Amino acid sequence: MYTQALNNLEAVTDVEDAGRNAAFQARVDNEYKIEPNDWMPEGYRKTLVRQISQHAHSEIVGMLPEGNWITRAPTLKRKAALLAKVQDEGGHGLYLYSAAETLGASREELNEQLLSGKAKYSSIFNYPTLTWADIGAIGWLVDGAAIMNQIPLCRCSFGPYSRAMIRICKEESFHQRQGYELLLTMCKSSQEQKDMVQDALNRWWWPSLMMFGPSDKDSQHSAQSMAWKIKRFSNDELRQKFVDATVPQAHYLGLTIPDEDLKFDEETGHWEYGEIDWSEFARVLKGDGPCNRQRMKARRKAHEDGAWVREAALAHAEKKKARKAQKAA
Amino acid sequence: MNDRLFAYTLRLADDAAILGQRLGEWCGHAPTLEEDIGLANIALDHIGQARALYTYAGEVEGKGRDEDQLCFLRKEREFSNCLLVEQPNGDFAETIARQFFFSAFMLPFWEKMKASRDETLAAIAAKAEKEAAYHLRHSAEWVIRLGDGTRESHERMQDAIELLWPFTGELFEADDTVKALVAEGIAVDPATMRDVWGETVKKVLGQATLEMPEEGWAQTGGRSGIHSEHFGHLLTAMQYMQRAYPGLKW
Amino acid sequence: MNEKTTPLWEVFIRSRNGMAHRHCGSVHAADAEMALQAARDVYTRRGEGLSIWVVPSAEIVASDPGAKDMMFEPTGTKIYRHPTFYEIPEEVGNM
Repeated sequence: MYTQALNNLEAVTDVEDAGRNAAFQARVDNEYKIEPNDWMPEGYRKTLVRQISQHAHSEIVGMLPEGNWITRAPTLKRKAALLAKVQDEGGHGLYLYSAAETLGASREELNEQLLSGKAKYSSIFNYPTLTWADIGAIGWLVDGAAIMNQIPLCRCSFGPYSRAMIRICKEESFHQRQGYELLLTMCKSSQEQKDMVQDALNRWWWPSLMMFGPSDKDSQHSAQSMAWKIKRFSNDELRQKFVDATVPQAHYLGLTIPDEDLKFDEETGHWEYGEIDWSEFARVLKGDGPCNRQRMKARRKAHEDGAWVREAALAHAEKKKARKAQKAA
Repeated sequence: MNDRLFAYTLRLADDAAILGQRLGEWCGHAPTLEEDIGLANIALDHIGQARALYTYAGEVEGKGRDEDQLCFLRKEREFSNCLLVEQPNGDFAETIARQFFFSAFMLPFWEKMKASRDETLAAIAAKAEKEAAYHLRHSAEWVIRLGDGTRESHERMQDAIELLWPFTGELFEADDTVKALVAEGIAVDPATMRDVWGETVKKVLGQATLEMPEEGWAQTGGRSGIHSEHFGHLLTAMQYMQRAYPGLKW
Repeated sequence: MNEKTTPLWEVFIRSRNGMAHRHCGSVHAADAEMALQAARDVYTRRGEGLSIWVVPSAEIVASDPGAKDMMFEPTGTKIYRHPTFYEIPEEVGNM
């Protein structure tokens, strides 16, 4: 799931051959896919590596808040669905790392960037999952926002990214549906559970809106990304689509969106929403969210605890190869 | 109701549920992304087996208990899984050793169970056999990889084998319930599995350059509800929701 | 960075009997057996496959995109290779 439009673009350097650049842009304009070995502007490559790896990191870190509830899922059916979903997220991270690797960035290098704090990931995963309803809220809102963000990426100009996204989007719709269905079951079952769902919505609504990134007026680099067809819609366009889709869904559950300024505009046919607290967004992105440190600590621990296993696998493979060579000789 | 069949089915269900629960703890924390996904697949297989077995146990019992009531609303002393599956994940070597010992038993077990006179158990076995075959292959390869890999991995793997070895004896235990059902052609006699299990373990440990432990003391008790100290904690997490919010739909 | 890199493998999956194996992604693995199992665990979670190939990525030899014109352009004019190049009266029918 979970790209966050972070708008960190590299400018095209003028040392590059203007002719090749023009030919490249013409290919993109004609909706040709760019493949890994094709010539591409350095800025395009860097932007992609960064965006794809951030996206991959988000999937991996995103396993933690939901993974928090695997051992406590209330039924076996829910346990299986949640485990399968969190596992899918690992799979999505893997597809995305593979796409980034076609651009010459190794998995180890990318992982290092995540663990050292150099690379960013979606701010949403720095919020805690406190109750079982949070699992439903994440499926409905966070995966829902991710789908909004990701469907246009299936048409991204870079072939491997676009192909990974097609696969991911196919799998993602199960996530969003299981989340909403989970909440629906709770809301229908008892008032106590419905209150739990409302509480989850209150905590996840605004962070979900932030997933689309800064508002268009503060987003300087969108134009280049749009021209390169890495990005197809602006942050605010996608955010509006998301609000328009989710508000009626919340009402169907009998819930209240925690936004006093929310109102339907008959003329435009859109739901108008209140001001997002961008200072919170900036703060969480910078590292001061409720769980940033814990998330990184958990990832580092998994990496360090697994080091001897990865070393052993490589050592065994080497030994096996040597034995085979010896036999042949 | 057939008390014995209920008790027997419940044991198999508990084994699967508890191992699935343990493996689920790995999700998001495994040594590689590929293995994270691999362990989750094994966990999902076990959870699936548990669901089918609990559902059947509930039918045999005939008191209207479903899979979730059996899994989430019984107490420590009522669980009858073997001690092996409830052992904590430990390091990756311990998780692999636990899986390897268990799957090396369950593969021939399910193979035989396919011929059970109980049609439901035979059908569950037909599906579980294929899953167990993969679990065994996956875990055995890791035993070899870690045993043969580096000095550190060799030591860790050997330690894990030694640590869990005393819990393997219980797999072959047959009490009156089992004996009676074996006589009826419903259950599999676990004693007949000892040789094939021993051969598998010996072969894999040999390839892994690991020492096979001496026969020695077998710690048992799980089948009669005498568990390890860890077990209550496992149930505390697993049953939290159903205990805190009784009688609700999720 | 001191972490040794684990080799990359390309994964090809045959989705149904009779179909060709198709490239579907990649995995990291120390050896071939591990790669095969990782491919199974990662790429066939929804019953996508009946058969898997894994190939070390480093072993793949690819044509140079820069040589695309030389490689693939000349064939474009050989329209006589296509059946539609030949006009046959309709009543004769196809084979």
